[in-house]
Amino acid sequence: MESSEAIWRTVLLLDYNTRLVVLATALLGLASGLIGTFLLLRKRSLMGDTLAHATLPGLSLAFLLFVTFGGSGKSLPVLLLGALAGGGLGALGVLWIRKYTRLKDDAAMGIVLSVFFSAGVVLLSMIQKIPGASAAGLESFLYGSVASMVLTDLYVLMGAAIFATALALLCHKEFRLLCFDEHFALSQGWPVRRLDAALLGIVTLITVAGLQAVGLILMIAFLIIPAAAARFWTDRLDLLLLISALLGAVSGWLGAGLSAVLPKAPAGAVIILCATACFILSLLVGRQSGLIWRVYRQTQLKRQTTHQHLLRAIFEMTESRPESAVTQGALAARRSWTRRELCRGIRRACKRGFIEATASEEWKLTPLGIVEAIRLTRNHRLWEHYLLEYADIAPAHVDHNADTIEHVLDPGLVRRLEARIGKLYPKGHGMTPDLPPSPHQIAQSSERSSS
Amino acid sequence: MSNATQDHRARPSASTPSAISIRDLTVAYQQKPVIWDIDLELPKGALIAVVGPNGAGKSTLLKSALELIPRTAGEVLVDGAPFRKQRHRVAYVPQRESVDWDFPVNALEVVTMGTYRRLGWFRPVTRACRERARNALAQVGLADYATRQISKLSGGQQQRVFLARALAQDADIYFMDEPFAAVDASTEQAIVELLHTLRSAGKTCLVVHHDLATVPRYFNWLVLLNMRVVKSGPMDETFTAENLRKTYGGKLSLMSDAISAFSQQAKS
Amino acid sequence: MTWLWLDTWIVVVGILCALSTGLLGNFLVLRRMSMMGDAISHAVLPGLAIGYLLTGERTSVWLFIGAVLTGLLTAFFTTWINRNAKVEHGASMGIVFTSLFAIGLILMVGAAGNVELDASCVLFGAIELTPLDVAWQVSLGGVVLEIPRAALVLSVVLIINLLVILLFFKEWRLTSFDPDMATANGFSAGLMHYLLMALTAVTTVAAFEAVGSIIVIAMLIVPPAAAHLLTDRLVPMLIWTALIGIASALLGHLAALTIPPLFGFEDASSAGMMGVVAGCLFTLAALSTPLRRRT
Repeated sequence: MESSEAIWRTVLLLDYNTRLVVLATALLGLASGLIGTFLLLRKRSLMGDTLAHATLPGLSLAFLLFVTFGGSGKSLPVLLLGALAGGGLGALGVLWIRKYTRLKDDAAMGIVLSVFFSAGVVLLSMIQKIPGASAAGLESFLYGSVASMVLTDLYVLMGAAIFATALALLCHKEFRLLCFDEHFALSQGWPVRRLDAALLGIVTLITVAGLQAVGLILMIAFLIIPAAAARFWTDRLDLLLLISALLGAVSGWLGAGLSAVLPKAPAGAVIILCATACFILSLLVGRQSGLIWRVYRQTQLKRQTTHQHLLRAIFEMTESRPESAVTQGALAARRSWTRRELCRGIRRACKRGFIEATASEEWKLTPLGIVEAIRLTRNHRLWEHYLLEYADIAPAHVDHNADTIEHVLDPGLVRRLEARIGKLYPKGHGMTPDLPPSPHQIAQSSERSSS
Repeated sequence: MSNATQDHRARPSASTPSAISIRDLTVAYQQKPVIWDIDLELPKGALIAVVGPNGAGKSTLLKSALELIPRTAGEVLVDGAPFRKQRHRVAYVPQRESVDWDFPVNALEVVTMGTYRRLGWFRPVTRACRERARNALAQVGLADYATRQISKLSGGQQQRVFLARALAQDADIYFMDEPFAAVDASTEQAIVELLHTLRSAGKTCLVVHHDLATVPRYFNWLVLLNMRVVKSGPMDETFTAENLRKTYGGKLSLMSDAISAFSQQAKS
Repeated sequence: MTWLWLDTWIVVVGILCALSTGLLGNFLVLRRMSMMGDAISHAVLPGLAIGYLLTGERTSVWLFIGAVLTGLLTAFFTTWINRNAKVEHGASMGIVFTSLFAIGLILMVGAAGNVELDASCVLFGAIELTPLDVAWQVSLGGVVLEIPRAALVLSVVLIINLLVILLFFKEWRLTSFDPDMATANGFSAGLMHYLLMALTAVTTVAAFEAVGSIIVIAMLIVPPAAAHLLTDRLVPMLIWTALIGIASALLGHLAALTIPPLFGFEDASSAGMMGVVAGCLFTLAALSTPLRRRT
């Protein structure tokens, strides 16, 4: 397999021609993944989109001025400076609208994007009329391609990526504050506006550097997708930054490597799709809030809730006469479960050997079921008492589905809780000494007698 | 503890039918239950305060009852029928922060939104609707502010606009999420009067409240909530230092407020 | 400067575009979805590519249908990711449209091979050329009126938008202001959201094809945003949007004809100039209303 070998050669940086391109793209992915995280947390993900579009008038104006004064207009530093100026102005525009009008971030970004791009289109249309001055280079600046990068482009790109990464890491603490709680940062005397501007400045820098190398759309994607994907894996900012940077670098690396061996496919698109694949994967299996885990946890929770309700219901209905059975009708009346829920719960509990049928539609706990029911009931009642005893802090801790309460709470605390309960109800309630009484009265006789 | 013979969720007798009955309601975000095993029978015509510490699930209770967030288990009946079928009889006053106050509408238009349900889809707003909205606005003392854009109202006035919108719905049951949060004294007074008007008209109000000191004066039924129902019952039976301690834990600052209110109530 | 019939048609088409997009833009701005136009403008590429691959023509109804469908898909995926995966709205929009654009690019290059791909691939229509594509000739009292196709298409879109907005006016207002209360009241906020998204997809795609994307994106947001600053009520906001849109189209074309000669150029892009004028009008609106400082 020649092609797979070629892919490996490229990805592993063995191929001299593509080594630098792959490395530069990966670095760009790393830097934008890092900065994109801050943008995402600030709910300004589309800022890259806005700034990328806002570079067009700066770019065209720089070109126009240069041509007017006799240059060729294609000099990279001049164009870069123009683009930076355009992007910077766009960023200021967004901040200004946000600060002084009632419009929200999205409108501010949309306005700057469309108005600046319009201005760019106007200037471009004029440039195209200059005899001899081809504007083709300008468009490729905006919709750049990885393949056509020359060595200087690569060095500019790498330099910008490293610089942006360093800056983002340096101001990491300040940006974290800015993203987490703007008002708190303000009250602590942090220059929030300037920090905001600094963040957007870094975004502008990285966007401009990336634009001519990888194009507008890829730059937007790089700033959004890795950060959004990383969100599925963790809740902690440091990890979030790390994962996002990693995902950006990996998609840049893989994408650039793949496209180097697939010369027909546009490199930018391949890289974006690599990032998208990372996103979809994270969306599905992300450990923190991936979809599969969420759905799994939800069904699990529903099942567990029914299970606990069922065993506890049978147990409490028969607490004084543990060997007696209850009818399905009585169970159905006791809680607001649908027939299907109840039947399924019973079937599962039967299968696991917790309950057994004594007659048609009549159930009782097996010895194993009694042990399980006591465990559940004990947990439940201890939680209830915990909520009552430590009401002010309890809501943050209660986890009804933990196997035993000791998994969440300190065992010493549980013992204290049990002791307190013992003092409150000295005679002991329930079937076993370690089963605390319910803090509220339990429905019993009326329903059972109806069976 | 007495012999456990009394069913704590027995339906109230026929003479006091319940306006809202919540059975076994459990709601969980992610895998953590926010509220569990909520059983409530709330009588018709009561002013009900839902009280509990932060994170106790007060707003969650309201929202899940209104089917705005999914339930993990349980059911909610409004006058004996599922909420879905009784939608027109329930009015909801959301928390003030839940909407964009820069939205280009004036006070009267917001209140008129309360009459949309009665109109149904497509049908344009009629003069009668606007008249009803105007009355509702007058009822909360904002008749003079009808044409004012909502961001130019004070926080208390915004709250009153929301209440007027609920009034315009002409519902039987009112769900209010923290209507007393951060309002001025005159608004507080206006809301209290409104609650009493509603009560004398036989309406039921379920109000999330945060100020223990005023609970016994404003309401006549108390639901103490801390992930589960600690206690639900008539105010004079339920508003006890013991129950409050069970709901709030040992926070002394809160307790002293409540106890002073408690002793005031005992005197009267 | 000489004013021709051509110029009148350009302005008329510009106005029709501003009115039909601005009408929807009001609700997009109020619902914080201003970037939808930009997103759809990039995301329609795969629809175009598939339409092109199926028919082999550069202009056909299938391209339009493909584009509208991908526009709808953008809205659908954005909402889905936003709701179910809890990704912030702007970010989910960015993920969807960049990915769709990438798929479109690969489809185009991979299958069609030789299709030239550059900026014009997305910015396809050009308002300056619309008068040349005549769809209908009517003679009014001896004067032959050659109505461009773009004007007809945009008029139809405008009428549809007007009808739907009028029909659901109170529902739009309610669901945009307080979706929770609307849903509790039986007016499904989700349903209205998708209706708005469908209208936006149809309108923007029709307008891209007629006049090019940049003017559509600008007219979708800038006039409504300016109007939002000028008034506190919804109906006046719609009227202001229309006025600002009309002024942008007219003044924009005039500026495109008059300003470049000052610098020694013949003329400049009218579409771009309309966007720039809209931006100037927005700045005027922002400066004429009391600025407020926010923290």
